[in-house]
Amino acid sequence: MANGNGSNGNRNGGLKLGARAKEMGGKVGNSQVVTSIIRPGSIFRKGYTDSPRNRSYVIMNSVLYHLHPVKVKRHAVKVSYTLCLGGLSFFLFILLTVTGIFLMFFYRPTEAAAWSNVQQLETAVWFGSLVRNMHRWGAHLMVLTVFLHMSRVFYHGAYKAPREFNWVIGVVLLLLTLMLSFTGYLLPWDQLALWAVTVGTNMMGYTPVFGSQMRYALLGSKEISGDTLLRWYTLHVLLLPFVIVIFMAIHFWRVRKDGGISGPL
Amino acid sequence: MAEVPEHLLKRSAERRKALGLPGGEGADDASAEAAAEAPTPAAEEAAPIAASVSDEGAITEDKGGVPAHLLERARKRKAVLAGEDPGATAGGGGVATATKVAPIAAPVGTGPGGHTQRLLTVVKSGSIQQTRAEAQDKVHTWPHLLVVEFAAALAMTATLLIFSAIVRAPLLGLADVNQTPNPSKAPWYFLGLQELLTMFHPMVAGVTIPGMGLFILMMAPYVDSNPSNKPNDRKFAISLFTLFLMFWSVLVIIGSFFRGAGFNFVFPWNDGIFFEL
Repeated sequence: MANGNGSNGNRNGGLKLGARAKEMGGKVGNSQVVTSIIRPGSIFRKGYTDSPRNRSYVIMNSVLYHLHPVKVKRHAVKVSYTLCLGGLSFFLFILLTVTGIFLMFFYRPTEAAAWSNVQQLETAVWFGSLVRNMHRWGAHLMVLTVFLHMSRVFYHGAYKAPREFNWVIGVVLLLLTLMLSFTGYLLPWDQLALWAVTVGTNMMGYTPVFGSQMRYALLGSKEISGDTLLRWYTLHVLLLPFVIVIFMAIHFWRVRKDGGISGPL
Repeated sequence: MAEVPEHLLKRSAERRKALGLPGGEGADDASAEAAAEAPTPAAEEAAPIAASVSDEGAITEDKGGVPAHLLERARKRKAVLAGEDPGATAGGGGVATATKVAPIAAPVGTGPGGHTQRLLTVVKSGSIQQTRAEAQDKVHTWPHLLVVEFAAALAMTATLLIFSAIVRAPLLGLADVNQTPNPSKAPWYFLGLQELLTMFHPMVAGVTIPGMGLFILMMAPYVDSNPSNKPNDRKFAISLFTLFLMFWSVLVIIGSFFRGAGFNFVFPWNDGIFFEL
């Protein structure tokens, strides 16, 4: 339908408007800006109809879905095989990152401010209490899902060749998860945090040869203090997430390189 | 016979239906072919030549939509093989060519169904192709896997959100180094170690045992030389790991719920729970 002349745009305006919007959409959709952003073959460029080719394009043209291969073994899709534990651990990590960034807006890692900041967060910040609860329960849950994921992998014998090394990376990831949880435990700076960390770090001091040095390096002082708080805050929000992301990237990459998910049994 | 993918079969059936060809709804090809061939002998015996030609054309087209120019070429070739002069018919057009071809009842080299090719043998793919891996039963990640993942993520978000809206995370009084709570407990995942502390020297409980545990855990794939992943073949490995899990679970549960003031053994139903998450 020709609608190039705007003079008669007043008559049957509804129809004209729809057609014009369509034409406009076509112009925008085919512009260089849009075609440079959306990859050729993307379903956002040429529409989606259900065909094997388009099913592949959905995965291939998305940076996030691209973690997955285009096709997976049929048994891998069954929830009862993996119980989604690895994926949920990763998802919890993302949730914890998002809620954690929110908490950082209201928190100062100093002896004087930390506890009152958390209390203000609970009472004076919109959704502050909810987000803190989500962060804390999510953290406990992540320790649990990572641990259960490890058990699942063991019971399926999924650590066997060629996946031996990925199992080792997985154990490192479990360790990093525990460290992330433990460093976060101190940050509210309440009695629970202080004494739980005291008990935990006292054990570390008994490491032979360099135990006390290691403990000093980790605490930043002889006993837990404001220095420890700053140190553990930095570990919790920066160093450990950075390291764990690297290990997760290797972990996911190896899953694909080692031939996808293991099994079937 | 090789397995034809389901979507190809479906597409073929749809196309056949659209063209009005037999086999669209699973009708067997043999009966369709027989029906199509029936008129031929009658036409050759009684009908005029031109009619016979038109019949023949119609029949062949019924059999699967062979393009007209190919039929034409085939007819010319048959004429040449029968000793005719191709030059004479070249300019003649369809009907003229057919006039000369038609009398030949059975062209040389034509099989029962009018086929000009013959199947000599069937070579199974296994005997000439080297396949390195067994074909695996696979499905597309979208939608089969992504839908499951999306549902799991959604369920997890909902659960966490609702739980967090109901249950408050603990926040005790301001940290005070001079006031030691009784009992002092580590986070729950370290309570197994703290439990060991009651039995062993701190170095053994806090460093040696967890260190060895982690090391053995990391070495597991290199120690376990059994290649099978069938539960029946790995009873020992499974028992050992289950024992390991039970050991830690029991220690953590005792440390969490059965330890009271002074980290002494208590029953939670008598003395209450000394446990904060």
